Amino acid sequence: MTEKIIMAGFGGQGVMSMGQLLTYAGMIENKQVSWLPSYGPEMRGGTANCAVIVSDSPVGSPIITGDATAAIVMNLPSLVKFEQNLIPKGNLIINSSLIEEQPKRDDVTAYFIPANEIANEIGNSKVANIVMLGAYLELTKVVSVDSVIEALKKVFGPDKQHLVPLNKEALERGAAAVK
Amino acid sequence: MAVVFDKTEGLTDKQFHYCPGCTHGIIHRLVGEVLVELGVLGKTIGVAPVGCSVLAYDYFNCDMHEAAHGRAPAVATGIKRVLPDNVVFTYQGDGDLASIGTAEIIHAAHRGEKITTIFVNNAIYGMTGGQMAPTTLIGQKATTAPLGRQVATTGMPLKMSEMLATIDGAVFVERCTVHNVAGIRKTKKAIKKAFEVQLEGKGFGIVEVLSTCPTNWGITPVESLKWLEENMIPYYPLGNFRTPEEGK
Amino acid sequence: MAKVLMKGNEAIAAAAIKAGCKHFFGYPITPQNELPEFMSRELPKIGGAFVQAESEVAAINMIYGAAGTGARVMTSSSSPGMALKQEGISYCAGAELPCVIVNISRGGPGLGGIQPSQADYFMTTRGGGNGDYRHPVYAPATLQEAVDLTMEAFDVADYYRTPVIVMGDGMIGQMMEPVEFKETTRRDLPVKDWATTGTEGKRKPNIINSLALDPAELEKHNFKLDARYKEMEEKEVRHEMYKVEGAEVVMVAYGTTARIVKNAIDALEKEGIRAGLIRPITLWPFPMKAFKDIPETAKALLSVEMSTGQMIDDVKIANEGKLPVHFFGRTGGMIPAPEEIMDKVKEILGGGK
Repeated sequence: MTEKIIMAGFGGQGVMSMGQLLTYAGMIENKQVSWLPSYGPEMRGGTANCAVIVSDSPVGSPIITGDATAAIVMNLPSLVKFEQNLIPKGNLIINSSLIEEQPKRDDVTAYFIPANEIANEIGNSKVANIVMLGAYLELTKVVSVDSVIEALKKVFGPDKQHLVPLNKEALERGAAAVK
Repeated sequence: MAVVFDKTEGLTDKQFHYCPGCTHGIIHRLVGEVLVELGVLGKTIGVAPVGCSVLAYDYFNCDMHEAAHGRAPAVATGIKRVLPDNVVFTYQGDGDLASIGTAEIIHAAHRGEKITTIFVNNAIYGMTGGQMAPTTLIGQKATTAPLGRQVATTGMPLKMSEMLATIDGAVFVERCTVHNVAGIRKTKKAIKKAFEVQLEGKGFGIVEVLSTCPTNWGITPVESLKWLEENMIPYYPLGNFRTPEEGK
Repeated sequence: MAKVLMKGNEAIAAAAIKAGCKHFFGYPITPQNELPEFMSRELPKIGGAFVQAESEVAAINMIYGAAGTGARVMTSSSSPGMALKQEGISYCAGAELPCVIVNISRGGPGLGGIQPSQADYFMTTRGGGNGDYRHPVYAPATLQEAVDLTMEAFDVADYYRTPVIVMGDGMIGQMMEPVEFKETTRRDLPVKDWATTGTEGKRKPNIINSLALDPAELEKHNFKLDARYKEMEEKEVRHEMYKVEGAEVVMVAYGTTARIVKNAIDALEKEGIRAGLIRPITLWPFPMKAFKDIPETAKALLSVEMSTGQMIDDVKIANEGKLPVHFFGRTGGMIPAPEEIMDKVKEILGGGK
């Protein structure tokens, strides 16, 4: 098993932390993992993206070029930029709250998740990224939801444990959206 | 018979290489005497510059660190940050401090590094053979200013003490001279005060000492003392520019 | 100790602290900023000091002063800043001061770019400042290796009284991988009786210095340094061999590029093409002897770099004219794709496009 995921969106949509969460969860499950961010001027207000690899065998290059098994796109520029990186039959998870367009490729499996709406429904627009992650986990089972929750607890630290239930709900709602 | 004058323990027995009439030797002795009088020689680390006083590490009887040209305040920063309880000083000339090392001296002062700088200003590059310094006076001849320094192409001489005195972290700034006995006495007092400011942890201290260079000025040692008084002091006024308020 | 997920820049900083480094002097430059930021947070907690210098020139000279006291000290920068640091590195080499310098390199020349690059090979392995000197250069390919080599670098610096460079690129600096801070077996390190800590009136003054006006004296000093460099060439070479046995093309790559090359080798293997990798872990001293283990099956060498060809000079020296030496490189912050490398291998073997 080797999952290569590109996550992309506006700065502030939690793309980087979504990637780190998945990476952390993979590490908890003793899988081989890497997280590679875009960096530089594009971080400032533009699109942010990161490449996450979770694998049973050692990670070679942390770069994902034309071999992404999944892409989680939070806004339109990210869809336009990264759908081409997917392998045939790769999972393309689209935030339909902000993206009305259809993907150009017809050889990938597209899922449309109204992540912002779902996040608002459960009371916090900031967890749209976690909704998307929940959908991705349901599709691939690359790591267990429990591992992500455990990772969340560590990332949040003692002061923010109260946010764990909200994030758990976001993961579940994301999963439900692709069931 | 009573001994009325002896060489200070603050200096080694190594013979100075300085030219006849050069006042570096006097300034070395004052620094050495102050370190002994303050009882800090054994915990002092000096930083030598590039320039005429490049071999200062052979003369001061304490641990010494030779720096790259202009970088002495940065080197001293590194030492002091590791050894905050030790005494650290730099000894720098005008090419070193006022030209290639302006960034380092200004930012050491700006950070309020608890170090002491002895700045020897003789208005010329001595070691390299009499080239123009930022402190060379207008009209003064130098090997790279054969017609004398021109304002139009080289600007006005740089007044480092005045400039440094505008920086909050520079808590002690004084300009002195060693061309006469009264001046030497005042210089020693200033040097002592600058080290005391460091020992009290108040901030950065610098003593600018107007100095002679008969060799590169092309005059005799006696003439050079007069030249300093008549030409340098009017442009580089003596006095204290910054001193910590008592009790603070 | 359990594994933790860290960014490369932070992992290197944490490794330095673990190795006993309590003083850091640096200047901001992308893509290494997380390293000084980490130090500014952590060092005051352990009674150390972080200083943001006014320039890279000042930072390396602070290192020169601080190293003179015998403390374990570090600075970090990226390519243009490293160019500025060469003055101080040369002084540290001349004055025999141990210190560790991290270069998270980026594209050049000039201001260049900020994306990953390996164009500092010449500057870093040839003694980038003035004078007759070398220093060890470690080129980690994973974050675990970055951690291990950073800790090792402090020991090597102390043992040989030399500056040591740890060189990654923007990718090593920015990426996250799990790392573990292992207790290392320490070398028997010499006492730093040369350090300037104040005589306390109990010994003669110590002098840290790189000036020697008498050429005979300076030559003697340089020969002493050279003997040390030869000892390092004998004892400190590190490299990895990957699938070299039976390989038709042996590639040479380090750091990030080596990871991509491994992907290319595995993919080629699936197509029935045998390729291998010599991965220098120390860029200086370069693993010359590893080239003697290249099997008879090898028809050519291929140096793969994120530059227009710098390490290839060392590959040619190591090869001693035995095999044809080819080159593939991307530069300016462009990262080679495994497919491009595979195509180059096929081209060398007379197939492909």
